[in-house]
Amino acid sequence: MLAANRLLQGRKAFLHWGREMRKRNSLKYLSAMTWLAAPLLLSGCGSALMDPTGQVGQGLKSLIITAFGLMLIVVIPVIVMTILFAWKYRETNLAAKYTPNWEHSNIIEAFVWAIPCVIIFFLAILTWQTSHYFDPSKPLASEGSEDETMTIDAISLDWKWLFIYPDEGIATVNEIAIPVDKPVHFRVTSGTVMNSFMIPTLGSQIYAMAGMDNDVYLIGNEIGTFRGRSTNYSGEGYSEMLFDARVTSDADFQAWVDKVKQSPETMMFPEDYDQIAKPSVANPVEYFSQVSPDFYGDLINSYKAGSDGTDDGTDSRGEHNEARESSMPMSAQAAE
Amino acid sequence: MFGKLSLDSIPFEQPIIMVTAAAIGIIGAIILGLITYYGKWGYLWTDWITSIDHKKIGVMYFLVALVMLVRGFADAIMMRTQQMFATGGAEGFLPPDHYDQIFTAHGVIMIFFVAMPMVIGLMNLVVPLQIGARDVAFPFMNNLSFWLFAVGMILVNMSLVIGEFAKTGWLAYAPLSELKYSPGVGVDYWIWALQLSGIGTTLTGINFFVTILRMRTKGMTLFRMPIFTWTALCTNVLIILSFPILTATIAMLTLDRYLGMHFFTNDMGGNIMMYVNLIWAWGHPEVYILILPAFGVFSEVISTFTKKRLFGYKTMVWATVAITFLSFTVWLHHFFTMGAGADVNSFFGIATMIIAIPTGVKIFNWLFTMYRGRLQFTTPVLWTIGFIITFTLGGMTGVMLAVPGANFVLHNTLFVIAHFHNVIIGGVVFGMMAGLTYWFPKAFGFTLSEKWGKRSFWCWLIGFYMAFMPLYALSFFGAMRRMQSYEQTEWQPLMIVAWCGAVVIAAGIACIAIQIVVSIRDRDKNRDLTGDPWDGRTLEWATSSPPPNYNFAYLPKVDSIDSYWEMKQQPGGFKRELATKFEDIHMPRNTAEGPILSLFALFFGFAMIWHIWWLAGLGAIGMFVTFMFRIFNNDTDYHVSAAEVEKTEREYYQRLEVQA
Repeated sequence: MLAANRLLQGRKAFLHWGREMRKRNSLKYLSAMTWLAAPLLLSGCGSALMDPTGQVGQGLKSLIITAFGLMLIVVIPVIVMTILFAWKYRETNLAAKYTPNWEHSNIIEAFVWAIPCVIIFFLAILTWQTSHYFDPSKPLASEGSEDETMTIDAISLDWKWLFIYPDEGIATVNEIAIPVDKPVHFRVTSGTVMNSFMIPTLGSQIYAMAGMDNDVYLIGNEIGTFRGRSTNYSGEGYSEMLFDARVTSDADFQAWVDKVKQSPETMMFPEDYDQIAKPSVANPVEYFSQVSPDFYGDLINSYKAGSDGTDDGTDSRGEHNEARESSMPMSAQAAE
Repeated sequence: MFGKLSLDSIPFEQPIIMVTAAAIGIIGAIILGLITYYGKWGYLWTDWITSIDHKKIGVMYFLVALVMLVRGFADAIMMRTQQMFATGGAEGFLPPDHYDQIFTAHGVIMIFFVAMPMVIGLMNLVVPLQIGARDVAFPFMNNLSFWLFAVGMILVNMSLVIGEFAKTGWLAYAPLSELKYSPGVGVDYWIWALQLSGIGTTLTGINFFVTILRMRTKGMTLFRMPIFTWTALCTNVLIILSFPILTATIAMLTLDRYLGMHFFTNDMGGNIMMYVNLIWAWGHPEVYILILPAFGVFSEVISTFTKKRLFGYKTMVWATVAITFLSFTVWLHHFFTMGAGADVNSFFGIATMIIAIPTGVKIFNWLFTMYRGRLQFTTPVLWTIGFIITFTLGGMTGVMLAVPGANFVLHNTLFVIAHFHNVIIGGVVFGMMAGLTYWFPKAFGFTLSEKWGKRSFWCWLIGFYMAFMPLYALSFFGAMRRMQSYEQTEWQPLMIVAWCGAVVIAAGIACIAIQIVVSIRDRDKNRDLTGDPWDGRTLEWATSSPPPNYNFAYLPKVDSIDSYWEMKQQPGGFKRELATKFEDIHMPRNTAEGPILSLFALFFGFAMIWHIWWLAGLGAIGMFVTFMFRIFNNDTDYHVSAAEVEKTEREYYQRLEVQA
């Protein structure tokens, strides 16, 4: 029953996305495809991607199933034809027609080009629209206005995650809490090699790259504790580079923030950062009650200024915004 | 004196490595001992090591590939075993330090030292015969390519015992591969193994590109070329265009690591994503370098064994050409999660899907080649049918990954692993096995055992599905690639199924070995003197098996696509007859310069890895001097006299008559 519920929820998110696409007819057909792959869905009970707990994850689940269903239109006939043709035209079946010099047919050739073209045409539309709709750096507008979104900075280190709550002025290692149904803007960067930030049940992942700012907006719609991790291999401690994402009620979230604020530890840039950045495997959860202002911007800028982690002391907030403007990963912002 | 190299570099404390090393040492000593005992060193030197005969070079490539397949598979079974045990806090038997080297080595070996030499080996054996040529355009370069490739292979294997291999994943993403994060020699082994063998590959690409364009026999226009030659041509275009990117990228990484530059570092203006872009700008065409010749094999096999012309030859050619060009426009789909933005991601996602169109067309064309044919279920046909079904599924999961939205949750999961094994095993391995069975009699004059070939096929097919379908399923539970351990004990049952699949594949590999041994034992029973065991369609079947070193006493003339088949269809049929008049044949001479130059390259590579600068200098000078020696060596060719050609041909026809 739970699975059926989820299925409905997924369809809702998906149809919602469908409406946003200016109610195109083609998309209604696409969403109908969801039903084609129902078996896969049902078997997905309890799996992170097929049983998501956030709106983004639900939408992506429907997208995967739709793409899967669309392609089955051509994949199933191909497999059936392969077996059928191979069997029917076996050497010993002398009753079957044999045309050794037949090598061309305009009609068949037209069909074999047209069928993949049509499928890919629909998939291309689906791709274009979903790429924009599910763009991870796009704020989740559907759930309230922009200022209701909370911000968490996720920094990958060897081999742990450092999280900064810039608005609350707190920091943690390997644990976050977020209020249920609240859109969260994760700003993601790295203090080491490249990692990828992901909470599978909530949805999209994004690369964490040193000196660059990346963004992903996620939302948790169910209360619970979910595992998050780095998905991009980053060395020795990679397998245990895990963290807990606790989706809580508003009250529990406040309690959690208060608990973190009790901690005697602080997270100042660069002194405390240099300590925490030292490699460790399966680091226990840590709390920090105070964070230096614009920790995240200072860290990113430290890579632009040079290798020693010191900044030139200009207004870091301004620099940070500028950095964000130009921090599309392809643009190499060399030391100025 | 020895740079970073010392006795400590050898991991005596690791029993797995030491036992393996001892086994390799003992087997190696036995082989060397046998060669010495039977006095075969001279034969080996003159007939194989210094040979410029494309057929022998092809055989050597394939031999190395099969040996390395065993090595790469050993890595695979260790990974599967580790993942079967290391759950819920258990550490398994491989610590991260060792596990990380294994998955890196597995990827590097399987792509560079198994799939590539199989593809290049098959091209070597078949392409000159198919176009009616007596050798490749640059025979010395061909020999040099092989030995440079061998140097890369030797370096990778040396890393097992002396020092370590990279712990970075097979593409050595920066900045993990930079000195700061990988201070050991592992990445340096990776760099020099790939750099040296990569130069060999580039030379091969140039060589075969020129061979196919310039050395076709009379009447063989481009659109009369056998389809395998077409796919080989496209593959070589891809090699020429993409391998320099790899070489340049690795060279920049080398500068970072050896001279403290900052191309791909986190700081000082380095750009890590430039590395990722560049490596995939090579890496994506690379997968088409591997798969296109496999497509060619399937086309030849299906047409031969249905006794029917290939359906839509021109469509096939244009689909191949389309794939060739499109393969350069999709590299970003390997890292949608970089955060490039929706427009860029959509572009690359859609470009990727467009490749599915010509690929789909090819699949339909194979189906319609079977349609109204007379299909013989030989081993190569089984591989082909297994391929069509498996590859279609792999293509489907590939398109799913190409949807950026889906990719945001599937990226880096086991879904990716299952997908590319789906297309590489189902496509490249099946293709190369079909090619091996199909062209083996051409190279050796006897067919391979059908019984063991079919057993091998079923083991591979069943093993593949058992090993990789569970990985697709696990990916939906959030299982990532490259995990040395994981918390979720509920994943373990599927991991066990995957392990069993790997064991079934092991049985498939064993069947290949048995197949070869049994076939050699029974070679007199399976002898094929006609040179045409399958009633073939293309020119390679027109000459004897194995062909004389000059391939054709007279260069054949071609006036249609399946030229040899058409000759056989003429009224009265085709008769093998001894020519009445013979001519001198101009042939290249064997050369020791290739292996000698490569030996110096081995010294150079090894010395660079361990910072033994005097040896590196010696190696570099040695390479240069050998190269100069080659340049000023004018004695590089000779003529096989008409009398000798006549003698060879007479002997062959006598054997034919005796059999008849």
